[in-house]
Amino acid sequence: MADVALTSDAAEPLEKAQRRRWGFGARMRQHAGILGGLALFLALYLFYQANHPRGFTGQILIQNANEAFALALVSMAQTVPVLMAGLDLSVGAVMTLVGCIASHLVNGSPAEIAFGIVICIASGAACGFANGCVVVYGRIQPIIATLATSAIYMGFALILRPTPGGKVHEDLSWAVTSDVREFAATFGLFSDGEAVWLQPFAWIPVPLILLALIILLVWVPFTRSVTGRTVYAIGSAEGAAYMSGLPINRAKLAAFTLAGLFAGLGGLFLALQTSSGNADIPQAGAYTLNSIAAVVIGGTSLVGGSGSAIGSVIGALVLRTISFNFRIFDVAPLLQPLFEGLVLLAAVSLGGLKLLRLRNKLEVFR
Amino acid sequence: MSKTATIPAPQGFRLKPDDKPVIFAAGFVLLILLVGTGYTMLTQGSAPLLQPQYLLQQLQVGSFLGIVAAGLMLVILLGHIDLSVPWTLTAAAMMATAVGGPWAIPVGLGIGLLVGIVNGLGVAYLRVPSMIFTLGMNAVMRGLMVAHTGGFAPQTAATDLMQYLAVARIGGVIPVALLVWLAVSALVVVILTRTTLGRAIYAIGNRERAAYLSGIDTNRVILIAFALSGAAAGLAGVLLAGYSTKAYQGMGDPYLLPAIAAVVIGGTNILGGRGRYLGTLVGVILIVLLNSVLSIMQMPEAGRQIIYGTVIIAMLLVYGRGERVTG
Repeated sequence: MADVALTSDAAEPLEKAQRRRWGFGARMRQHAGILGGLALFLALYLFYQANHPRGFTGQILIQNANEAFALALVSMAQTVPVLMAGLDLSVGAVMTLVGCIASHLVNGSPAEIAFGIVICIASGAACGFANGCVVVYGRIQPIIATLATSAIYMGFALILRPTPGGKVHEDLSWAVTSDVREFAATFGLFSDGEAVWLQPFAWIPVPLILLALIILLVWVPFTRSVTGRTVYAIGSAEGAAYMSGLPINRAKLAAFTLAGLFAGLGGLFLALQTSSGNADIPQAGAYTLNSIAAVVIGGTSLVGGSGSAIGSVIGALVLRTISFNFRIFDVAPLLQPLFEGLVLLAAVSLGGLKLLRLRNKLEVFR
Repeated sequence: MSKTATIPAPQGFRLKPDDKPVIFAAGFVLLILLVGTGYTMLTQGSAPLLQPQYLLQQLQVGSFLGIVAAGLMLVILLGHIDLSVPWTLTAAAMMATAVGGPWAIPVGLGIGLLVGIVNGLGVAYLRVPSMIFTLGMNAVMRGLMVAHTGGFAPQTAATDLMQYLAVARIGGVIPVALLVWLAVSALVVVILTRTTLGRAIYAIGNRERAAYLSGIDTNRVILIAFALSGAAAGLAGVLLAGYSTKAYQGMGDPYLLPAIAAVVIGGTNILGGRGRYLGTLVGVILIVLLNSVLSIMQMPEAGRQIIYGTVIIAMLLVYGRGERVTG
């Protein structure tokens, strides 16, 4: 007895340590996609900052954050349907439509602006909800349903803005596209942003704070809810999720609605950033396609069930950082599309390496 | 996914599930013609839409889309997709006009074939999702062409043979482009219904694992299907360059989404494994006529987009609905 107790006592720390090590390793493997994307982003971005003539200044950071924000949100939007093995080809169109709405409504008195912002967010979510209804109740494949709805949303956007134009509130536009100090100064908060306690944060670009808030207040609670877990379960095995009594339809509707919400927020920001609305069909298409690329670079599996919107944000940052680098290295503009394509192909082809590790050839097919 | 009707129909006439899309799409084509004719009767007092001349003209314009859709269908039947169509088409057109002479058409087709083979290698052997690999290839081809042309429309012109294939009419009536489309269609029908390659394509679309276990070299089949899709896009590019006498930037952009829509409206399952070529054919005619009638009605771009999307959803609600998940 004593011996047994002794050995088990002695063994426990070792076992625990082993378990912890295994747990750490497993966690690393589970997030390998995100971590790889993060490493790629940090390498590219530090390289960019180090080579920029005005590198490591707040001005550059603000500019970069502004350029990356809309794509980051559209990529988050794309992630949610991809997690359940669907695809939303309408995210770019929803972004454009909400941007056009914003260019009409986000102006005037504070009450009018607040009303406009609420309408923008609501219409983004409504577009997503409509997608969800077509997919759930119409039982049409997401990729083709959203292909069709994206044409409809672009049509509405063209009705609202036949030619680029419109106007958004200038102070608001300035406040959300600069750093925290300017934000506070614009609205006369915290002694015009000069409050002592604010100084450590004053340099942070507002878009990054908004992005963090959206992740913390919307995405994280969503993934921890039953609906959010169901989205992952649908991506892994829809039949099994159904048999386990998970709310399949509710999760699908919620996923598309959330996608519309994120895309709408991206469109709202784009309108604030450019102070106008533009129903630009090629631009909408480019955002949609880039969002798919960002989702893949961020480690989310296109067959569903694993990944995270946070990874997609990193994927979007990687894509944007690549074009930042082109800018400072004076790559001939004519060659830029070629390099973008090659980088994308190389990044996704690296995934082919995992085939070498497979023991059973059948695992190739899913 | 692949549940075909095995229960024999009881008495009376019942549509087979695979016939339904063809019948409904054909009915919708007639409806478009009727609405368009009603409109022209009211506004102009004539019915140009029902004249053979107009219909042949539409088929000639539609043959470019039809050839793209024929190639794309092979890939969609596998459960994959080819998003590289726009710039494969443009690259083929640009290189064909740049080379000129007797080698113009072989070079254009070769470019398409080459892009298709690279797509196939990436999708089949590297197992990169086709959606993202072909997207990357599209960007690469765009980059190559932008670098090649300097971002301007190339100054080179299509050869006489290319123009003949795209514009000429045999006996002043039958467009040659239509005959090219019919030849491509015949080839695809033969491949899909009369060859082991065709059966393998359907098998892989249904369940690749089972196809592999039954001895099909699935990677090779995927490679061939992508190569054919690329070649079809290349051929469409060559013809389109002949039609407009030159190649230009972005000439392939309006062909990808309508081609996907045509294939899907024709009843092909976007997840693969199911669909008939006849459906794709009718789907292409539907899209082309819809566009044409909307432009006769002088519909603004916004209205066109909305109608376009609504029609796709409405058609699929009628016959393209998936089955309920039941575990």
